[in-house]
Amino acid sequence: MSEKTKYTTELRESATFDRATMSEIRRAADTGIYDIRGWGAKRKLPHFDDLLFLGASMSRYPLEGYREKCNTQVTLGTRFAKKPIVIETPVTIAGMSFGALSANAKEALGRGASAVGTSTTTGDGGMTPEERGQSSKLVYQYLPSRYGMNPDDLRKADAIEVVLGQGAKPGGGGMLLGQKITERVAKMRTLPMGVDQRSACRHPDWTGPDDLAIKILELREITDWQVPIYIKVGATRTYYDVKLAVKAGADVIVVDGMQGGTAATQEVFIEHVGIPTMAAIPQAVQALQEMGMHRKVQLIVSGGIRNGADVAKCMALGADAVAIGTAALIALGCNDPKYDEEFKAIGSAAGFYDDYHEGRDPAGISTQDPELSKRLDPVEGGRRIANYLRVLTLEAQTLARACGKNDMRNLEPEDLVALTVESAAMARVPLAGTNWIPGNNMG
Amino acid sequence: MKTIDLAKETVRDLNQALHDQASACTETEWEVLNPKGQHNLAVGVDQKLKIDIKGHAGYYCGGMNKEADIVIHGSAGQGVAENMMSGSVRVKGNASSSAGATSIGGLLVIEGDAGSRCGISMKGSDIVVTGSVGHMSCFMGQAGTLVVCGDAGDALGDSLYEVHIYVKGQVKSLGADCVEKEMRPQHIEELIELFERAGIKEDPHAFKRYGSARQLYNFKVDNASAY
Repeated sequence: MSEKTKYTTELRESATFDRATMSEIRRAADTGIYDIRGWGAKRKLPHFDDLLFLGASMSRYPLEGYREKCNTQVTLGTRFAKKPIVIETPVTIAGMSFGALSANAKEALGRGASAVGTSTTTGDGGMTPEERGQSSKLVYQYLPSRYGMNPDDLRKADAIEVVLGQGAKPGGGGMLLGQKITERVAKMRTLPMGVDQRSACRHPDWTGPDDLAIKILELREITDWQVPIYIKVGATRTYYDVKLAVKAGADVIVVDGMQGGTAATQEVFIEHVGIPTMAAIPQAVQALQEMGMHRKVQLIVSGGIRNGADVAKCMALGADAVAIGTAALIALGCNDPKYDEEFKAIGSAAGFYDDYHEGRDPAGISTQDPELSKRLDPVEGGRRIANYLRVLTLEAQTLARACGKNDMRNLEPEDLVALTVESAAMARVPLAGTNWIPGNNMG
Repeated sequence: MKTIDLAKETVRDLNQALHDQASACTETEWEVLNPKGQHNLAVGVDQKLKIDIKGHAGYYCGGMNKEADIVIHGSAGQGVAENMMSGSVRVKGNASSSAGATSIGGLLVIEGDAGSRCGISMKGSDIVVTGSVGHMSCFMGQAGTLVVCGDAGDALGDSLYEVHIYVKGQVKSLGADCVEKEMRPQHIEELIELFERAGIKEDPHAFKRYGSARQLYNFKVDNASAY
């Protein structure tokens, strides 16, 4: 007599209350404080992988790889500045602070950027001599906190970036927890050692675009109109923000999508505020075109740029250049598997580490601990950044040549198609194999 | 004395002429006529000059000043002496909001009243207001001294770090983590010295001192209502 098969119901995980969600509820109940972390949005978002290039064939002819030139040089700040910045590759290093990052990490970023003729950017904590010394083109951020702000450094800068927001937390301020406020960081920011340093979300002496126009004129007056002035916004109402930034007098506009990283903010902020980078670019470009300012006011985009394809896709959508932050840190060694055991010892794992605010980064990048910081050799780090920037540039050039373009900025939306309806609507390019751009012709 | 008449010359002309003094100082006394509320007057000066602005100034007058002694013979718009490094700025009239914002050093004297957010995020300067200040003054103030000879509006010293605040009149309300503190002899001394520098006559004993309770310096969940 055969035994009756016993059927059981398989265990089923809730899609709404998955394990990560439940663990966060338990953690919140345990501690009474929201989760703070670094990095950018980790959820899956419509991104540049959802776009494809239409390489040349019968109707377009390609350029010969390695033989026919494809220009990558871009000039930023041609509108008002006496000394615009010329970058040799359209990939720049985004603003990241000394404080959030070690001095060695900042120096390495400067060395790498300088080696390939592009710019790097200070952050919410002022300009360090290491960074200025190793950066041939340095953009100085002008932030609400004004930590370390002074006219001497302002005049040493090659450009000034007025920061209104960033993609990881549009509408939010900054946070550097006490464990990273060492004596040097505290001194640069005029704060007591060890306090949680809060950065305001609004500038202290202006509100709104009309005031900003006057503020920009002040910065121009102080620097005798020498250097370009950027305005950086987190991607939200990008179309309107870009129009207002142009009106306020920006030379360059930086739009940072929600995949853009941060040193520390609330998880709920990172994952639930802002729009994806890909969705922001067409809004920005439309605003510039309607004002007759596309290519006159340059557009830099950032947020989740990883490879040359991402660079080329941003430029095809109308950007003049891109900025990288998280990817640059990974190139330096952030989340490197060689530190896996140490990541595990602090409750994380290589590839998952995002607690930059705790200052215990085994890779020695997002820390002020002198022993950990020593692990990053700024010369070797600079070489790695330069290598990575060169790869991004070569990859982007390869794709541009395949589309028959002898200048990266000749790439255009017509070179792109989308793999999904969502990406077609956001990027405003046709769904592959169709001529359908969702949202077009809607009156 | 060098005179620049803004009815005939531009703000750019004025600032460039003042900046040129940083490398080769040829004239230490400057007079600016017909300012008529224009913005960004005498910003980024980097030399020990004496600059008299004969009228009202717009936004950011004396911004990022180093070493110069600037007198505004009228009222000043938003952000007067913002991020000042050293020297002094004196406003004979009233000042609008965010006076002395983020100022790092030097002395700002406002002989009238100041608007909201006076001394916001100040980082080491001394600010003396002969009249009253508006709401949220000294918000997130980090270092330096704010003296108010009149009254202070709502939420004085909210989220304060280490600024010493002295008020003679009424404080409408204190901001989060700002508390009244004991006046000790060194604080009387501090005020006497400051009044002397500011050129005003006040009795330091008539003032109360306010400062940070330092309860918000590091996150504590029990303080959640203050965040």
